[in-house]
Amino acid sequence: MKKVEFTAAPVSSSVMPIVFDSSLCVGCGRCASVCQVDILLPDAGKGNHPLVMYPGECYYCGSCVMACPVEGAIRLRHPLMNQTRFVEIEK
Amino acid sequence: MEYVWPYANEMDREEQLFADVLVLGGGMAGCYAAIAAARRGKQVILVEKGATVRSGAAGSGFDHWESACTNPCSKVTAEEIANAYIHEQDGYSNGIAHYIECEEGWHRLKDMEAFGGKIRDTEGEFAGADFRDEKTGLLFAYDYENKFTIRVWGSTFKPALYKELQRQGVTVCDRTEATALLVKEEEGKKRGIGALGMDVHTGKFKIFTARTTVLAMSRPARVWLFDADQVGLCEFRPTQSIGSGHAMGYRAGMEFTMMEKSVQGEFSAAGRSFPPYSTGNNHNTWYAATMVDARGVEIPYVDRDGRELKTVRERYYPAKGQKFFLKGGVIDNPKYEYRGPETLAFDELMRRGYQLPFYADLSKMPEEERRVIWGMMVGEEGKTKIPVLQNLTRRGFDPVRHRLQSYGTGWQSAAFLPQERQLFGAPGGIFHDWNLETNIAGIYAAGDQLYASDCCGFAAATGYYAGRKAAASCGRYTLETPEREEILREKERLYAPLFVEEGMDWRELNKAIAKAMQNYCGGVKNDMLLRQGLELLDSYETDFVPRLACRNPHELMRTHEVLDILTVSRLILQACLLRKSSSAPLCFARSDYPETDPTKDDCFITIWQEAGEIRSRRVPKDYYGDVKSGYEAHNQDYREEAASYEKG
Ligand SMILES: Cc1cc2nc3c(=O)[nH]c(=O)nc-3n(C[C@H](O)[C@H](O)[C@H](O)COP(=O)(O)OP(=O)(O)OC[C@H]3O[C@@H](n4cnc5c(N)ncnc54)[C@H](O)[C@@H]3O)c2cc1C
Repeated sequence: MKKVEFTAAPVSSSVMPIVFDSSLCVGCGRCASVCQVDILLPDAGKGNHPLVMYPGECYYCGSCVMACPVEGAIRLRHPLMNQTRFVEIEK
Repeated sequence: MEYVWPYANEMDREEQLFADVLVLGGGMAGCYAAIAAARRGKQVILVEKGATVRSGAAGSGFDHWESACTNPCSKVTAEEIANAYIHEQDGYSNGIAHYIECEEGWHRLKDMEAFGGKIRDTEGEFAGADFRDEKTGLLFAYDYENKFTIRVWGSTFKPALYKELQRQGVTVCDRTEATALLVKEEEGKKRGIGALGMDVHTGKFKIFTARTTVLAMSRPARVWLFDADQVGLCEFRPTQSIGSGHAMGYRAGMEFTMMEKSVQGEFSAAGRSFPPYSTGNNHNTWYAATMVDARGVEIPYVDRDGRELKTVRERYYPAKGQKFFLKGGVIDNPKYEYRGPETLAFDELMRRGYQLPFYADLSKMPEEERRVIWGMMVGEEGKTKIPVLQNLTRRGFDPVRHRLQSYGTGWQSAAFLPQERQLFGAPGGIFHDWNLETNIAGIYAAGDQLYASDCCGFAAATGYYAGRKAAASCGRYTLETPEREEILREKERLYAPLFVEEGMDWRELNKAIAKAMQNYCGGVKNDMLLRQGLELLDSYETDFVPRLACRNPHELMRTHEVLDILTVSRLILQACLLRKSSSAPLCFARSDYPETDPTKDDCFITIWQEAGEIRSRRVPKDYYGDVKSGYEAHNQDYREEAASYEKG
């Protein structure tokens, strides 16, 4: 089989499911290694958080957050249209 | 901005691996299959497209283990519940697999506990609650009288299974997509000899040679529903489970049934619905939440006779004179016999002046019922710990102080159009015998890949069973060398999109297929439409598949998925053409054959390909015979093992 060079560029999506806090992330890569959809790619720089290369493919299962050793280093958020409304119970 | 691909480029490399038992798909079913075979001393390879530790529909968790009829507290028998399911689904049910689930599901749960998964309330978190058995610490759901559905900490399960696979010495090939089955013709009969696949990081080609094979790659999706912007939200099951197992099976000559069945959409958080379990409702995870209307007036629960229930407690017990009731996964609107407590029907609520929107109001429930719904069930259920429990809590939601809105009339929290369809609620799949063996000798199937499958207990029990049968028949088969020509053909098919420049993105094709299926295989079908649909898909195959282009193995995997979706869509259209009548239990309406469920078609219609032709046969719905005696006749060798689970 002839070889072709592999390249990648972030595929645009109207949503950003996953946000990292660079000041907290230790760059362990656990989030990327558990993601069953494989939307995160390791960043070449040591200690950096992975890149969200395929945000539109996110299944919103939360396994990346569950695997993260540092509270708050990675956050998952559903698109605005999916934020369920709740109301105060009047006394 | 372009990035350097972070993984090695191995598209010019091949790796050959050998196994006694090859398992394709590492979800619940695949993991249990691999463990069963490994326990029997077999060399096992497990091929998983994602990462086994959290992959599959149950990767992040699940909260109900259904039909655990042999647990020590259960007041029902496996026979009773299996037969109830068969009857409930008018015989379009998988009696074999359901019986296996009812009989062995509890055994698999005890295995899970041994592997480190949490199946009981060991800390007494819910001590004294109605749903807790004080002796065993097991927590029950739905029917507190009969105790056959168990509430579990499903978020602990996949990591525990993964650890056990490693402990058992199973070779786990993560990030590897299986793409084709290897089949050999022997004395006019087909036999499975392995599979082909690709590393989705490096592009390395893999050849798996095995004595027996277990298919556990879930079911088709993204057939009618597709959102190019939010691909991962457009279906209920995981992004990468789109029916590859069905597609490779169909290409290899495997027999399917009930593929004409599809239901009006129930879940697509990319559009019409909200994320599963994130809205106020009273089904499944949220059963039996107190519901109120816009004014805060409580919505009554009624028993099957329409008698209003006065207390929360009564929502969890069968009606007077009823032995048990059914709730859960595939149970939508059960027959009178099995119908449990439910809120008043929507139409009746409207008539009585209840006002939309409705809300779930847990503040009105006993404290432990509230805590078990919000905190355990919402938390352990798939996709809830972070996206629902954590996020809503962060936004300030407190179930004592707030009501959570409901957006529809049922647990789907959405209203889909008739042509927006899904394979949901016990859809079609692989046809099989009492050994879970397919029509291709040496190939077994389990979990969501089977016809009329439903849940985790089903997946675990059939997975283990298939693994056990695949291990037992290993001795009959030798390892074969696959034909070089076949390998080269598959390599050419797989890598082609990497060589196309400025071609078409996989999403464009997926979207076109989904639109075609909505138009030609929608809510009402007829021969003309179905044929035109097939013609259109044929033209996609010849004119547009060769134009598909991508840049790396990840995108190549997504492209392969659409090729499989194309195959599966044709399988569905062809299966629809074979049933010349309408059917209520199959959710199948035809304008050219409006007669509903005529006796002449009261059977399974199967479909497979042979020498380029579509073949089909009719099989009586009770082809498997009496479930209890059928099971016993085929499982004498399991009796001793079964007995070891019966204690405690
Ligand atoms: C959000 C959610 C909540 C649920 N809650 C419950 C519940 O509370 N109780 C319950 O009983 N059931 C529940 N279910 C259903 C249950 O999770 C599934 O029925 C069950 O997990 C199916 O198991 P499986 O092994 O057949 O399929 P899966 O667990 O989905 O596994 C299939 C595996 O095959 C892999 N795969 C697919 N294609 C390929 C390929 N080409 N090559 C290699 N690998 C491949 C996938 O990556 C996946 O890991 C829920 C489902 C969802 C989505």
